[in-house]
Amino acid sequence: MNALHIKKGSNKHSAYNLRPNFSDQVETHTLAVLVDNEAGVLARVIGLFSGRGYNIESLTVAEVDHLGHLSRITIVTRGTPQVIEQIKAQLGRIVPVHQVHDLTVEGPSVERELALLKVASGGDKRVEALRLADIFRANVVDSTLDSFVFEITGAPDKIDAFADLMRPLGLIEMARTGVAALSRGAEA
Amino acid sequence: MARQMTGARMVVQALKDHGVDTVFGYPGGAVLPIYDEIFQQNDIQHILVRHEQGAVHAAEGYARSTGKPGVVLVTSGPGATNAVTGLADALLDSIPIVVLTGQVPTFMIGSDAFQEADTVGITRPCTKHNWLVKDTDALPATLHEAFHVATSGRPGPVLIDIPKDVQFANGSYTPPTKATQHRYQPQVKGDMETIKELVEAMETAKKPIFYTGGGVINSGPAASQLLRELVEATGFPITSTLMGLGAYPGSGDKWLGMLGMHGLYEANMAMHGCDLMINIGARFDDRITGRIDAFSPNSRKAHIDIDPSSINKVIHVDIPIVGDVAHVLEDMLKVWKARGRKTNSEAVAKWWKQIEEWRAVNCLTYKGSDSVIKPQYALQRLQALTKDHDRYITTEVGQHQMWAAQYLHFEDPNRWMTSGGLGTMGYGFPASIGVQMAHRDALVINVAGEASWLMNMQEMGTAMQFNLPVKQFILNNERLGMVRQWQQLLHGERYSQSWSEALPDFVKLAEAFGAKGIICKDPADLDDAIMEMINYDGPVIFDCLVEKHENCFPMIPSGEPHNKMLLGDASTKDAIKEGGAVLV
Repeated sequence: MNALHIKKGSNKHSAYNLRPNFSDQVETHTLAVLVDNEAGVLARVIGLFSGRGYNIESLTVAEVDHLGHLSRITIVTRGTPQVIEQIKAQLGRIVPVHQVHDLTVEGPSVERELALLKVASGGDKRVEALRLADIFRANVVDSTLDSFVFEITGAPDKIDAFADLMRPLGLIEMARTGVAALSRGAEA
Repeated sequence: MARQMTGARMVVQALKDHGVDTVFGYPGGAVLPIYDEIFQQNDIQHILVRHEQGAVHAAEGYARSTGKPGVVLVTSGPGATNAVTGLADALLDSIPIVVLTGQVPTFMIGSDAFQEADTVGITRPCTKHNWLVKDTDALPATLHEAFHVATSGRPGPVLIDIPKDVQFANGSYTPPTKATQHRYQPQVKGDMETIKELVEAMETAKKPIFYTGGGVINSGPAASQLLRELVEATGFPITSTLMGLGAYPGSGDKWLGMLGMHGLYEANMAMHGCDLMINIGARFDDRITGRIDAFSPNSRKAHIDIDPSSINKVIHVDIPIVGDVAHVLEDMLKVWKARGRKTNSEAVAKWWKQIEEWRAVNCLTYKGSDSVIKPQYALQRLQALTKDHDRYITTEVGQHQMWAAQYLHFEDPNRWMTSGGLGTMGYGFPASIGVQMAHRDALVINVAGEASWLMNMQEMGTAMQFNLPVKQFILNNERLGMVRQWQQLLHGERYSQSWSEALPDFVKLAEAFGAKGIICKDPADLDDAIMEMINYDGPVIFDCLVEKHENCFPMIPSGEPHNKMLLGDASTKDAIKEGGAVLV
């Protein structure tokens, strides 16, 4: 009855170090989830992701229909196609969830994020920061003699690129909103 | 029609309006107003359990045996946390339960008050949905929605947390009406095009099989009736998961027995070799599939399920149908009949010939004994002596549960209550109490192991108080049998903590509660002892001393596909490869 060739009483090798190996192409998807804006609804959505081991790369939420008390949750997530399908189906069975849209597969969409960056520097660096901000169409929303706070809106890639340029120029703090997204065209 | 009343009265009124006749519960500070209302009426019987976990399992037993939602009433804090295991159990097995918990008054929430716990937070992942009601006027609609959510779509447990001030305050109560529009409306009708595609596949299939699950039971008696009609009409073989036993009669000639890890050889071989698998209300659980990449490699797979998230979760299927089992079966039959009731009968006859060869292996044979009771023998005798009774079976979890599924036969749905998904030891005894409450004159037997049974043995008090003649049929091997079996197979026969030490004298234990105790250790005495149990009018603890080291077979070792079954002790050498050992 010695299934693993484990000698009676020995501890030589353990079954507990074994892991199954799964491999499949991982994709990034942006999901828009319309929910009743009631207590705990965000916890339900987040709990689903943590409980089932899914990723959240970015998450934004706010009430978008004050009369109907509906909130829109935009989630950027990564997973294999099978996992993405599971995430959508699992979201769909949460009782206060009205709709789940996968903007990545439902046709073209726009994704925007807002970020605030604090850059503290002087001299040439300060001038260069202001020049680059102009190229990126970032606005100065606060300034002192030693610092700027830039506001920038755009796709996450653009914000990443701007932050990378600001880093050697004195970037000391950054806040990002996470992605908000809508499908293109006349259809809701 | 709105009437003014307190929140506590609303609760009791809503229960009445939803046809509730039995509530399982335990009082405490935060639910006293509701208990005061319970005291002042006679329509709803309250069953006082001895532990809140028992209340939820009892409600599950009630729900599984009737198809109606089970109702639980417990207090805040520890009352709610003790109910958590039952909620998780009901969620995994899709059992409709409505749990009402008391909560500290709204103005004390968040202050770490006495017996305060974040009940909706704790129970969020183990309920289908839950609510914290902060306003008495919102209570009636919430109660009505709770019953709707628990019982529609894929059923499941729901919980309403009611702060004590909300119970005391006055508000206006509106009874539920048929016209009430709930937003939560799962799809029940299957897509007709896909149903047609499935019927076409059935017409040409050479090696078809029906693989059914708890969804057939949950869909109601009509679903079982339609399933029987479909099986008889097509002549296809049928197997079922643990949860689906009884949907098709165990005596039916198309019945292959249960499938899965401890399923029958013919059922698993047919699943592996089929060319069309029709999954009706089952979910490709890991106890069923074995190794995923070698699961039924040459079949087209159809899957009927009311929960879209069940489809393609584990196994990729070719013909997915989202819908209620009864609705879809009805449409399938209609389409199949309209198209001329065709099957590939010649090929199916050949398929049956193959299945008969597998059946001839007689996978449930075991080595009998004159000196010691074999657990399989005990269940065969229990089956023989109880099969003509109006019988309901519950089980605990472990070897005895698998043997019960193999050796007992179920002719009808809702007769078999077992913890499948969560595998909760301690489930069976309180569940038997819930079943007996719903069926006062029936023979209700809990097939148990001694270790599981001890986990909720306090419910003897409940059985005695309410005069519930539940029979506790304990297969006592003085071991955690399934744990011991796995340690034997996987852990070098190091039997870590799998002995039942310091067991009570079950006969004296029964007598201490005022029940009847029976002990039996000689196979020759077994029939008489079982008859004595059946004929006794009252609760019985039956201590059946069985072979201590019996293993449960057939067994698909973890990490192996269906066609690599172990049929007995001789075949277990080197059975589990390294990759399988990590699986549970």
